Amino acid sequence: MSALLEVEGLKTHFFTRAGVVKAVDGVSFSLAEGEVLGLVGESGSGKTVANFSILGLVDPPGRVVEGSIRFRGEDLVGAPISRMRKLRGRDIAMIFQDPMMTLTPVLRIETQMVETVLAHEKVSAKAARDRAIDVLARVGIPSPAERIRAYPHQFSGGMRQRVAIAIALLHKPALILADEPTTALDVTIQGQIIAEMQKLVAETGAAMIWVSHDLAVVETIADKIAVMYAGRIVEYGRSGDVIGQPAHPYARGLLDSIPSRTTPGQHLNQIPGMAPSVLHLPPGCAFQPRCRFADAACAVPPPIVDTGEDRWARCVRPLAPEAAL
Amino acid sequence: MTALETSRVATPSRWRPVLREFSESPGAVIALAICVLLLFAAVFGPWLAPQNPYDLAEISFFDSRLPPLSTSPDGHFYLLGTDNQGRDMFSAMLYGLRTSLFVGVASGVLAIAIGVSLGLIAAYAGGAFDAFLMRFVDFMLGFPSILVALMMLAILGQGTEKVILALVVVQWAYFARAVRATALSERSKEYIEAARSLGLGHARIVFGHLAPNCMPPVIVIGTMQIASAISAEATLSFLGLGLPITEPSLGLLISNGFNVMLAGLYWISVFPGLLLLVLIFAINIVGDRLREVLNPRNAR
Repeated sequence: MSALLEVEGLKTHFFTRAGVVKAVDGVSFSLAEGEVLGLVGESGSGKTVANFSILGLVDPPGRVVEGSIRFRGEDLVGAPISRMRKLRGRDIAMIFQDPMMTLTPVLRIETQMVETVLAHEKVSAKAARDRAIDVLARVGIPSPAERIRAYPHQFSGGMRQRVAIAIALLHKPALILADEPTTALDVTIQGQIIAEMQKLVAETGAAMIWVSHDLAVVETIADKIAVMYAGRIVEYGRSGDVIGQPAHPYARGLLDSIPSRTTPGQHLNQIPGMAPSVLHLPPGCAFQPRCRFADAACAVPPPIVDTGEDRWARCVRPLAPEAAL
Repeated sequence: MTALETSRVATPSRWRPVLREFSESPGAVIALAICVLLLFAAVFGPWLAPQNPYDLAEISFFDSRLPPLSTSPDGHFYLLGTDNQGRDMFSAMLYGLRTSLFVGVASGVLAIAIGVSLGLIAAYAGGAFDAFLMRFVDFMLGFPSILVALMMLAILGQGTEKVILALVVVQWAYFARAVRATALSERSKEYIEAARSLGLGHARIVFGHLAPNCMPPVIVIGTMQIASAISAEATLSFLGLGLPITEPSLGLLISNGFNVMLAGLYWISVFPGLLLLVLIFAINIVGDRLREVLNPRNAR
């Protein structure tokens, strides 16, 4: 099966005054056409930076120091800016976390959509506008021909995220990078947007990387899940496998800290401690200080261990399936 | 899905609330009215003026130095008196206002265009270009502006376009600095990142997305700077280094009457002076009010 996106050994580091921040430190995964990957992790685990690296949007002092990102076989690391600009928005589109912030406040939706169409295609302004209205209708904006004249502040948060999704879909991208697109929304709206995205992805056949810290959200939408911790993927596998029987203690910890999974009235099993600063990572396994299974063997960098069909964990002692429940 | 949101879209205007808040200050409204009135007088001056003060056929030397409200033997009424050459002061002031406003607005607009563009690019590009440009701005702002303008005119000579050029040179740096400060904070907002993720070009992002969000301070400083450009031009003309005598501005009119003022012919200097004062005062009050209204800290 030919992969649409192959990320291999990606390292994106930020060279700050305080030291080198290894935000993404050796991430590898691949994504087939139409596949949805859930990228899960705490704040600061490098999920967003990984996404930004794919689009070449990492700004100094950060840069991709190693690895390759092959999109349809073409390596995007070190690709010229002009090439990246052609891909951005046309073949690879991004949806951001906070819809309040991602639309330019002083421009009409129409202006922003039409210019996005015209940035990649030579069509008349009229045709661009018609396409914009069409896509707005598809993401569930009522009376789009009228609403397209509105400014971002005239939309509610959920509607704004729909507009942002519409902008991302204007060019039928092959890959959508969704960076916590529902985190800033009400729970009810979240559900709507997720359902909408699932439908749209299925319709257009686009592959998607869905970044989130919410396992429950990811479970419903992703085919595969990659759990990130301190700049590395610590567990990877099919969505049902990872959620059902997490092999890495961190993934297990994440699942245990979801309220709905424990009986009401009981204390939640939270992961002790805080996510480490990527400036001062412990030697060996980065999760070891917070891991209740940790021992002397964890002081060396953990190996990648196959834990089943098409799944692996970065742990010396991955949890056996029966221990996971 | 959410049929409730089908409600009709109100004609959106970002400026309506600004206008409403602006009009809450009666002083500012009066000042704005004066500005509009003077602008109107300047634009239509040649049609409003009783005579063309620079057409020698229309002025009579025998009517020179008449006090205000006098009528000449051949029936001309001079509301504000006449000057040394027998020109109607009221007409001369209308023409002078026209010239002063033209120079002020033209230099202001040019300085805004140059300063804002450079400031935006500096903030967006960052790095060496930003550092170099801002040091140059510091350098420009380090000199007293009237000194720079005087030196430039001493080298270039007289002429409307040269005065405008000199005023642009001393003014652009203010806009560059102000707009850069705003643009730096706007630049880090997510919509810029989003625009980049859509594959839009740099020019498009800077002038299409960044610039409109940086306009409020530019409007405020622009208003103030036009007032200061008008007064700077008046100063230059008063010193005899500004506009040529064939295109007298308010400053030149003041200077024409200056040496006879203490001889009792006060009207030749005082009326243009008062007009200049009212003009600058009104523009500054409007600018002040705009600053209050457009300041994001005073939540709308």
